[in-house]
Amino acid sequence: MVRVDGAGRNSSLINVRGLDKKYQRGGEEIHVLQGLNLDVEAGEFVAFMGPSGSGKTTLLNLLGGLDVPSAGSITVAGDEITSMSRGRLTEWRARHVGFVFQMYNLIPVLTAFQNVELPLLLTKLSKGDRRKHVETALALVGLQDRMHHYPRQLSGGQEQRVTIARAIVSDPTFLLCDEPTGDLDRKSADEVMALILRLVKEYKKTVLMVTHDPVVAQRANTTLHLEKGALVEAGAAEVAMSGGSR
Amino acid sequence: MKYRGLLFANLFRKKTRLVLTLGSFAVALFLFSLLALIKHAFSANVDVAGVDRLVVINRTAIIQPLPISYRDRILRIPGVKRVTYDNWFGGVYQDPKNAFSQFAIDAENQRQVFHELVVPDDQWQAFLKDRQGAIVGATTAKRFGWKIGQRIPIQGTIFPGTWEFNIDGIYTGQRSGDDQTQFWFHWDYLYERAKNVLQGNVGWYTVLIDNPDDAVRIVKTIDDEFANSPYETHTDTEKAFATGFAKQLGNIGFLVIAIGTIVFFTLLLVTGNTMAISVRERIGELAVLKALGYSDRFVMLLVLAEAMLVAAVGGGLGLLTAAGFAMLLAATPMHNFIPFSTLSASAALTGLGLTLLFGAASGFLPALGGLRLRVIDALRRV
Repeated sequence: MVRVDGAGRNSSLINVRGLDKKYQRGGEEIHVLQGLNLDVEAGEFVAFMGPSGSGKTTLLNLLGGLDVPSAGSITVAGDEITSMSRGRLTEWRARHVGFVFQMYNLIPVLTAFQNVELPLLLTKLSKGDRRKHVETALALVGLQDRMHHYPRQLSGGQEQRVTIARAIVSDPTFLLCDEPTGDLDRKSADEVMALILRLVKEYKKTVLMVTHDPVVAQRANTTLHLEKGALVEAGAAEVAMSGGSR
Repeated sequence: MKYRGLLFANLFRKKTRLVLTLGSFAVALFLFSLLALIKHAFSANVDVAGVDRLVVINRTAIIQPLPISYRDRILRIPGVKRVTYDNWFGGVYQDPKNAFSQFAIDAENQRQVFHELVVPDDQWQAFLKDRQGAIVGATTAKRFGWKIGQRIPIQGTIFPGTWEFNIDGIYTGQRSGDDQTQFWFHWDYLYERAKNVLQGNVGWYTVLIDNPDDAVRIVKTIDDEFANSPYETHTDTEKAFATGFAKQLGNIGFLVIAIGTIVFFTLLLVTGNTMAISVRERIGELAVLKALGYSDRFVMLLVLAEAMLVAAVGGGLGLLTAAGFAMLLAATPMHNFIPFSTLSASAALTGLGLTLLFGAASGFLPALGGLRLRVIDALRRV
């Protein structure tokens, strides 16, 4: 269940309350997010849509602890991340968040195996255990036979699948996907989406995804639109745009 | 150790650049080591000069002689322990390029005055009994492959003709900087054949004194003793004498060192800039590491470790090359004039320390700049 009215249960996996984010640009204050509320239960697959500059990526960065809000709070699995120090936030990210970026952001001098292993180097797992985890993650994304390839030796779709393997290898609390299919052709995009859906359905992963593509957004359980700094559900947005109310 | 893969993968990202950067550090350290060798070579005689020895030369110039009768007069001065005298011979062995230092010595006192240059007793006794005998430094003996008992001809330049000598002994220095290139033979043998040239004169005197604290007084006493005579003296401590001699070469040394130092630091700055560029190129990757949960401190240490590893390996290569080069120089005739020694541990450590410092500085500054970037800003650049 996903709610945007601030009336969700405090026991939800993610609780966002009164989230504000302002930027200063050329002396002008830009209010990107204004009193945003959001409650996401574990196992949900939520898509965020909205025009460019509406604050989708900003919201994702805030949820992932990469940025700090101007006001409001974000609580994930009982931890209020908006009150954490920079150092604690870094540790929290390593344990709880899996990132999937539009441009993949793999380290080009590392093999697929080494890229996927990166989050595990921060854990106390032995070398053997790390190998097992990495092989499992790469098998899950169907790239076990490409584990010793470098990113430049992989197609865009394969690179994105390696990124997904890197995101899930440490079994994080939730995945944040920023335009995961934005740089892919339709076929590769479908493969990546099928993979994300499988993670949600079979492995009960919670996924929050930003996308411009309505076809991709349709695959999510819930699609939310960012309008004037706040979230509205897809149906409500359509009604709002036609001048009525839901 | 589990981050080794990440460290080395980054290092080998651009192999050509890595090789060039290593090469720059190696050249810089080679240059630094060479400067250290030159500096040491110019000051070597000063460093080992005895504090308890005085040198007495003709006031006009060292090439002007002093009467042999001065020996006993100097010996009578209170505080003087022993006096010995020498003459520069200036001969060559087989070929003009085989020049080296030859001295006609006062065999009776040489060993006691220059006590740090050691000759085994049996060899010294054989030398004393042999009018044409010679004692040669270990370096020169090795250079020409001379053995004890060998008879060798030396072509005189100041004292013309062929002079034959028997190698009766080989001396070695007790300290690392001691000159082991000299060739000694009996002054009596020189005088016997060149009486008309020497006319009762010697080249200079070396005076061993009881107490170095008395040096100033004895110096003044000696020079006063021979004031207003046809052969006035100029006396100084051996250290001051060696310093004055080194200063004549020192100007060249200063120029070489000054120019070399500028080149050394320029090379390091260029290398540092190259390393800074290589870090800036992957700010986005560093941001990804941070997004994945790597701390600011880890990312900084990773960049520093890369920079310092390159500096250490490059610098190490430079030091090794310089050490090899020093050994080669020591085996050349140049060694007789500029006594190149092996690279000292302190010079090597200083050079390596400087290189690591530059490596750290070149890695630290861009890393710091990168770390100040927020992850989201850095990711936006990708």
